[in-house]
Amino acid sequence: MGDHHHGPAQGISRWLFTTNHKDIGTMYLWFSFAMFLLGGFFAMVIRAELFQPGMQLVEPGFFNQMTTLHGLVMVFGAIMPSFVGLANWLIPMMIGAPDMALPRMNNWSFWILPPAFLMLASTLFMEGGAPAFGWTFYAPLSTTYAAPSVTFFIFAIHILGVSSIMGSINIIATVMNMRAPGMTYMKMPLFVWTWLITAFLLVAVMPVLAGAVTMMLMDIHFGTSFFSAAGGGDPVLFQHIFWFFGHPEVYIIILPAFGVVSQIIPAFSRKPLFGYASMVYATASIAFLSFIVWAHHMYTVGMPIAGELFFMYATMLIAVPTGVKVFNWISTMWRGALSFETPMLFCIGFLILFTLGGFTGLMLSIAPADFQYHDTYFVVAHFHYVMVAGAVFSMTAAVYYWLPKWCGRMYNEAMGKTHFWISFIGFNITFFPQHFVGLAGMPRRIPDYALQFADFNMMSSIGAFIYGASQLLFLYNVVATIVAGKPVSDEKVWDGAEGLEWTVPTPAPYHTFEEPPLVPKPAGTI
Amino acid sequence: MGKRVSGLTLAFLSPLSVAQNQVNMSPGVTEIGADIFELHMLIMWICVVIGIAVFAVMFYSMYAHRKSKGHQAAQFHESTKVEVAWTVVPFLILIAMAVPATSTLLEVYDNDEAELDILITGYQWKWKYEYLDESGEPVAFFSNLATPQEEIYNTAHKGDNYLLEVDEPLVLPTNTKVRFLITANDVIHSWWVPEIAVKRDAIPGFINEAWTRVPEEGIYRGQCTELCGAYHGFMPVEVHAVSRPEFDAWMAAKRGAAAAESQLAMQTLAVDDLMDKGKAVYDSACLACHGAQGEGGIGNAIAGSAVVLGDLSSHMAVVAKGVSGTAMQAFGGQLSDVDMAAVLTYQRNAFGNNTGDVVQPGDVTGIKNG
Amino acid sequence: MSSFRLSRVPAIDTALKLVAAAVAMFAFVFVVMVPLYNVLCDALGINGKTSSQAYTAIPAAVDESREVTVQFVAINNDGMPWSFAPTTRVMRVHPGAANGVVFAAENPTDQNMVAQAIPSISPSRAAAYFHKTECFCFDQQVLAARDGAEMPLQFIVDQALPRDIHTITLSYTLFDVTDTVTDGLAAR
Repeated sequence: MGDHHHGPAQGISRWLFTTNHKDIGTMYLWFSFAMFLLGGFFAMVIRAELFQPGMQLVEPGFFNQMTTLHGLVMVFGAIMPSFVGLANWLIPMMIGAPDMALPRMNNWSFWILPPAFLMLASTLFMEGGAPAFGWTFYAPLSTTYAAPSVTFFIFAIHILGVSSIMGSINIIATVMNMRAPGMTYMKMPLFVWTWLITAFLLVAVMPVLAGAVTMMLMDIHFGTSFFSAAGGGDPVLFQHIFWFFGHPEVYIIILPAFGVVSQIIPAFSRKPLFGYASMVYATASIAFLSFIVWAHHMYTVGMPIAGELFFMYATMLIAVPTGVKVFNWISTMWRGALSFETPMLFCIGFLILFTLGGFTGLMLSIAPADFQYHDTYFVVAHFHYVMVAGAVFSMTAAVYYWLPKWCGRMYNEAMGKTHFWISFIGFNITFFPQHFVGLAGMPRRIPDYALQFADFNMMSSIGAFIYGASQLLFLYNVVATIVAGKPVSDEKVWDGAEGLEWTVPTPAPYHTFEEPPLVPKPAGTI
Repeated sequence: MGKRVSGLTLAFLSPLSVAQNQVNMSPGVTEIGADIFELHMLIMWICVVIGIAVFAVMFYSMYAHRKSKGHQAAQFHESTKVEVAWTVVPFLILIAMAVPATSTLLEVYDNDEAELDILITGYQWKWKYEYLDESGEPVAFFSNLATPQEEIYNTAHKGDNYLLEVDEPLVLPTNTKVRFLITANDVIHSWWVPEIAVKRDAIPGFINEAWTRVPEEGIYRGQCTELCGAYHGFMPVEVHAVSRPEFDAWMAAKRGAAAAESQLAMQTLAVDDLMDKGKAVYDSACLACHGAQGEGGIGNAIAGSAVVLGDLSSHMAVVAKGVSGTAMQAFGGQLSDVDMAAVLTYQRNAFGNNTGDVVQPGDVTGIKNG
Repeated sequence: MSSFRLSRVPAIDTALKLVAAAVAMFAFVFVVMVPLYNVLCDALGINGKTSSQAYTAIPAAVDESREVTVQFVAINNDGMPWSFAPTTRVMRVHPGAANGVVFAAENPTDQNMVAQAIPSISPSRAAAYFHKTECFCFDQQVLAARDGAEMPLQFIVDQALPRDIHTITLSYTLFDVTDTVTDGLAAR
C-alpha cells in the first residue's frame, strides 16, 4: 500500500499489483464485459443453428458444448464478476471507507479469474471437445460419459469458486468493519445490504459447488462412486448437491441487481425508496428461502410425494418477499417526479421483465404443472427473463448511472436510450416466443426441432441477433464516454442521487474517504 | 370452472395462433392432462390479472408523475399498513393456488392397480420398451428415430413429423391403466409425451414410475427432455393408442415376429437380404455416430476401418461389447443374431469395404457360444 | 486516518471466521450431505433403495388375508454383456411370508468378470417394507468366462405394508465393475 497520497503506478504493473478498490473494480467490470461478449458469441452460434430446422452450421455435439459454455461463461464469467466489480467500486464509497478491508486479497481474487476462464475456454481445442453436459453438469453424463476436458472444467470451477469466496469475504469484512462512524446497518444503502447478504450466500454455497466438483473428480480419477449407482452411489445425489448450491446461486445473481434498482429508481423519482426496512427484510427472507427450495429443479426425478409438496409450498412462498420488493419499487415511483434517463429506462425495463419472469417462476413452482414445463423452452424463457432482463439490465443501468462519477464524463444520452430500446425490443423478440414453443412441447438443449416450432425459433434468432448487436452499441458508448465524453464536474451527477458516493469529487479521485465522512441523512432516506 | 377457463383460453389464443404455431400447453387427452392444463391456465390467469393491476399503477405513475410535466415529488417513504397488506394478500392467493395443485399432484402419484406394466429404458439415443406380461416371454423392442439423415442435413424435404417419428412406436390399449417403469441404461434421460402429461426422469440403476389411461385412440408424440449427450434432440417418443382388440392383435403379431426371427436365425440367408437388413440396422443403430457413408463422426470411420476389414470375431466383439471409455456402446443385448449378422455383413461390404464376407446368423451364434 | 488503519485488524478477524465457515461448508458436503442423503434414502425409500444388509428380524405371523403382487425386473447397464433374467417374473405373496426367487446370469465373454446388482423398488414408499433376508446384491458377483450362475434372493414383505399398495416391482440393474475391482487389486 505504501503512502496513500500518491496516485496510481504507471504501466502494466498498476493493474497487476494494484490493491486499489477502484482499479480492481474497473478490471472486474472490463473482464466481465469481455466474458459477456464471449458468452454472447456462443449464444449467437446457438441461435444461428436454431434459425431453421435441420442441422446447418454445427454438429450436435458441438452445439452442446456451446450451450454448456454459454451458461458457464454468462453465470460465472459475466454476471457474477460484474457485480463483484460494482461492489468493489461502490461499497467503500457508499459506506465511507477508504478501500476494501483486505486489498491484497482483493487483487488475488481478481487475478485468478482470467486463468480460470482461459483454462475453461481452452477445453474447446482439446480432444473430445469442451464440456458438453450443460451448465448444470448432471452426473453421470459429466462423469462416466464426459470428454477428458472435464478435469480442466473441474479445476476452472475450483479456481473461480475460490475467487468468489475471497471476493465475498472481502465484502463482508469491509461492510462489517469499515463503515464510517454513524453509518449504522440500517442506514446503509440497499446496494450494500443486498451485497452483504449475497456475500454470505456465496460463502455458504460456493464450497458446496466445490464439494460437488471434487466428488466428480474423485469419481472420474480415484475410483469412488458418489454419483454412480454401481458402487452404491446415486446420480440423483449429484442433483441435490448441485441445486443446494444452484438455487442460492441464482439469488446471488439477482440480489445485487435488486440493490442497484433500489438505488436508481429513487434517484430518478426524486423520492426516497419506499419501505427501506421491508426491503432489507425481504432480501433476507429470499436468501433464507433459497436454502430450502432447491429440489423444485428436480420435480421429475421421482421424489416421494411429501418431498414434492414441501418443495412446492416453500417455492411458492418466495413470491411473497419478491412481490413486496416489486410493490415497494412501484410505490417509490408513485407520486415522485419521474424522469427517464437511460439508467431509469433500464430499471423500468428490469421491473417489467423481471416481474414477468417472476410470474413464470410462480407457474413453474406448481409441481404438477411443472411436469409439463420442466426442461422445455418455457424454462429457458423464464430464466432469461430473470437473468438477462433482471441481472444484465440492472447491471447496464448501473454502468450508465455511475459511469459519469467514475470517469468524470457524461455518456451520450441519445445513444444510451437507443441502446435501451433496441435491447428491450430485441430481448422480447428473442425470449417471449420461447414461452410459446416451450408450452407447445419443445425441449431445451436440442440442436434441431420439429417443424411446428420453426417460425417462433426464427423469430427468436432474429431477436437474439438484434439484442447481441445492441451490446456493441453499449461498448461503443462506454468507450466513447471514457475517451471523449462531455466532462462533468458536479459532485452530484444526477439531481436526485443520494448517498456518500455522490459527495466525493467527480471524477472520483484515486483515493476517497481517507478521513471518515460525516454521515448526513437519517435512516430510510438513502 | 373448466368451461370458463377454456372460453378464456380461446379468446387468448385466437388472435395469436397461426397454423402450426401452437402457443399454449396441450390440453391433453387424458384426465390428468386436462387437470394439469386447467391448473396451468388458472395460475396463468391469476398472474395476468395481478400483472395488469401492478403495471397499470406503474404506467399511470409514469404518465402522471413526470418531472417534465412539473410534478412535484412527494416525500412519503414508509407505511407499515400497506406492507402488511401486500404481504398477507399474496400469501392468501398462494394458498388458493396450492389447493388445486396439491390435489392434482396426488392424482399424478396414484400409480397403483395398473392393468399393464411397461418397462421403459432410455439408451443413448433411443428408447427400449418392454411389456411385462405375466404370461409368455415379455415383448421388447427398441424405438429409434425414423427421420432420415437426408432430412436432418437438409438434402431432402422434411416430413410432417420431422424428428418426432420412430421406427417402432410404443403401442398402448385405450381405457387401460398403464404403469410405466422408467429407467436408463447409461445416462439420465427423461421420457415425455405432452398430450398424455407424463414426464419422468430415467435414471441409471433406479426405476421411477408413472401412469396413464388414454381414453382416445390416436398418435401422441414427445421427446427426451433431459440432456443425455450429443443426440439428445434425436430420441423422440411416439405412442399409438389403439383399441383393446387391436392391441391384442398387435401383441400377438409381435410374439409371432419374435418366433419367426428365431426361426430365421437357424437359416442361411441370401447376401442381398443380409445387405438390405444390414443397411436398415446400420441406419438405425450405427449411422448417428459413424456417418451415412461410414465416414465417421463421433465414432471412428467404418469405411476402411482395420476392425471391420480384420478378423470377424474381433469385429463382432467390438459391436457386441462396445469399447469401454468411448461412446461405442455394447449392441450385443440390443441386436438379435439375425440383425447382428446382417449389420456385420453390411459393414464388411458397404462403403468400399468390399471384403466379400457373408456373415450368417449361425456364425454369430457360433461365435457367441465359442 | 490511523483509525482506519487499525480497523483492518478486526477485518482480518472477520475474514478468518469466514474462511473457517467456507471450509466448514466444504466439509459439510462430504460429512453431512452425503450420509444424510443415504439415511433419508433408506428411511424414505428414495429411488426405491433398499437396505444393503440382510434382514435378520424374525418374521411375525403371516397375513393370509391379503396378497401382494411382486414383479421382478432385470436390467443390464451400459456395456454389460451378461445375460441376466429372473426365472420367475411375477409372484403373489402374503405379507409376512418368506419367499424365494432365483435370477439366472451367464457371462458369454472370454473374460472373467465381476458384476454388481443394484436393487430399486417401485413404488418407492414400499421399499421400507421389502425385507431381503438373502440377496446376491449384497455382494459382487464373479463369473468366469462362459460361466453361468443361479443367484438367489430371499425376501419378506412386511405386514405393515400400506394397504393401498398392491403391486411391488423390484428391479435389479447389473453393472460391470470388473475394471474397478481389478484396479483396486492392482493398487493393492
